[in-house]
Amino acid sequence: MISGKYKKTVFLLLLIILLVTIVIAGSLGSARISFPDVVRIIIEPITPMSIENSNIKETSRIIIWKIRLPRIILTVIAGMGLGVSGAVFQGIFRNPMANPYILGISSGAAFGVTLGMTMGLQITFLGIGAIPISAFIGAISASVIVYLISGGGRDILPLLLSGIAMGFLLSALMSLLMYFNRSQLENIVYWTMGSFNAASWQKVIITAPVILSGSFFIIIFARDLNLMVLGEDSANSLGISVKKSRLIFLLVSTFITASAVAVSGVIGFVGLIVPHAMRIITGPDHRTLIPYSMFGGAILLLTSDTLARTIIAPTEIPVGIVTSLLGAPFFLFLLNRMRNTK
Amino acid sequence: MIDEVIVETKNLNWSYNETKVLDNVSIDIQFGTFTGILGPNGAGKTTLLKLILNLLKVEKNSILIRGKDIKNYSRKELARIEAYVPQSIKMDFNFTVEQVVLMGRTPFLGRFDRESGRDFEIAEWAMKETGVLGLKNKLITQLSGGELQRVVIARALTQEPIIMALDEPTSHLDIHHQINILSILRSLAKKEGLTIVAVLHDVNHALEYCNNIFLLDQGKIVDSGSPEKVITPEVMKNVYNLDVNIKKNPFTGNPYIVHDYA
Repeated sequence: MISGKYKKTVFLLLLIILLVTIVIAGSLGSARISFPDVVRIIIEPITPMSIENSNIKETSRIIIWKIRLPRIILTVIAGMGLGVSGAVFQGIFRNPMANPYILGISSGAAFGVTLGMTMGLQITFLGIGAIPISAFIGAISASVIVYLISGGGRDILPLLLSGIAMGFLLSALMSLLMYFNRSQLENIVYWTMGSFNAASWQKVIITAPVILSGSFFIIIFARDLNLMVLGEDSANSLGISVKKSRLIFLLVSTFITASAVAVSGVIGFVGLIVPHAMRIITGPDHRTLIPYSMFGGAILLLTSDTLARTIIAPTEIPVGIVTSLLGAPFFLFLLNRMRNTK
Repeated sequence: MIDEVIVETKNLNWSYNETKVLDNVSIDIQFGTFTGILGPNGAGKTTLLKLILNLLKVEKNSILIRGKDIKNYSRKELARIEAYVPQSIKMDFNFTVEQVVLMGRTPFLGRFDRESGRDFEIAEWAMKETGVLGLKNKLITQLSGGELQRVVIARALTQEPIIMALDEPTSHLDIHHQINILSILRSLAKKEGLTIVAVLHDVNHALEYCNNIFLLDQGKIVDSGSPEKVITPEVMKNVYNLDVNIKKNPFTGNPYIVHDYA
């Protein structure tokens, strides 16, 4: 754990790593664009003076602005969301092994998508297609139902168990739908693996405000999470209303997670691993842990997505596979580390 | 000791799923006393303690804190008057001792405030009083039971409360640490005028440390007053079904009970 005075420095370091990763991600792909060109193309519209940029190819501009940047920004936003909501869920459940999908968000989204695809749903809303919409609605509905059937979050254990049960139920229903609609099987399975290849500026515009304002809100209320980790009675006796705070945190982080899942599919391990790793660096104080997790999530997901689309190019691997391949061994490592320090 | 009733319950009733846990309980706790709540398992001691902390739902006008209905306090206001030390805490997060103790300042901080120098001073004082200042930078997950209990008391002290309510503060501790915790509490009551309300299991601890006790049995107050007055062989037989003899402790001159182990 780093001491208090270095916390700002390390945070700045995370920010720099993220910016560097963005430039690298912008550079890599079927058409290689040099790092300086990527930087110049990105800052071109926001610098008042004209840069010496006559040697930049117009196609590079188009590749960056139309293809790579929307995907990069969407990945960063989703990574931030998963990092923040992971930290929040671990705090609420007082369990460093909790993750953002614990209330059935992922299975809700997957079921929503399956239902949408098998029914041939053709709606669009604010330029967003049927898949993200059905994923979002599925995710939110599943969490709300879990919250309500577990007695309105009076206790955390029923909430946790209802979430698990809901996950199994929705997976079974999803398999059933897939079994009778085999023509959609491939699309559904591919969606559940998670991918940003359908990224667009439109998706950025819809998800960014939800995830960023939600994260900002959570940072403001982060101190309450510290107290909630102490237990319900202790937190109440220290002057916060646990039931109310828990509902607000659940609501905000559910919206954040659902937005991320809607535009990317089910991406595992980011929400679990990132807060964990950040807690090792900065300690469990949520006032620093949340912003750290926000940037840690963005870095991890952007790195994974860049690997996913370049490692065996031109074939793209679903990013969810990459995060799980990286995340699962890391998770086992953490588990082992925890056992040894106890 | 100022003559002020700081906690008062009036014909307090409380049920859990149709089962009556507290039956017509009326108590008053004086400012600056070390008050014990005693009784056999299931007598309703913890429930009573949680009720006067507003951790369980209660009817209007059945509990008064400094003469005002507990329901008319916000959680934050109440947290500046009453601090709570739970029976056990489970902690999987690596907070440092200082971070946990500082959480006691929460009721005094606004939404956007960070702890100031004064908050750190109060936390430091609390850690000194409870003998955990040396553990300041240690992780809470690495403490022994006795250390953890003292840290939680330090956190409660950091709330600068008027009342500290403790639920069996010695239940997981060895005999040395039991005495250590209770002596810390007694000296806080004397030095700082802190009102201590503790659920206690050990009758001898009550006889040694309390100014005043409330003896509960099956949700009813059996008797109250000074422990030497309340604890008699007849009461012990009736409430605990135990034959006891009362002796005098040669060290302190206070009474203590002995009993057969059959």
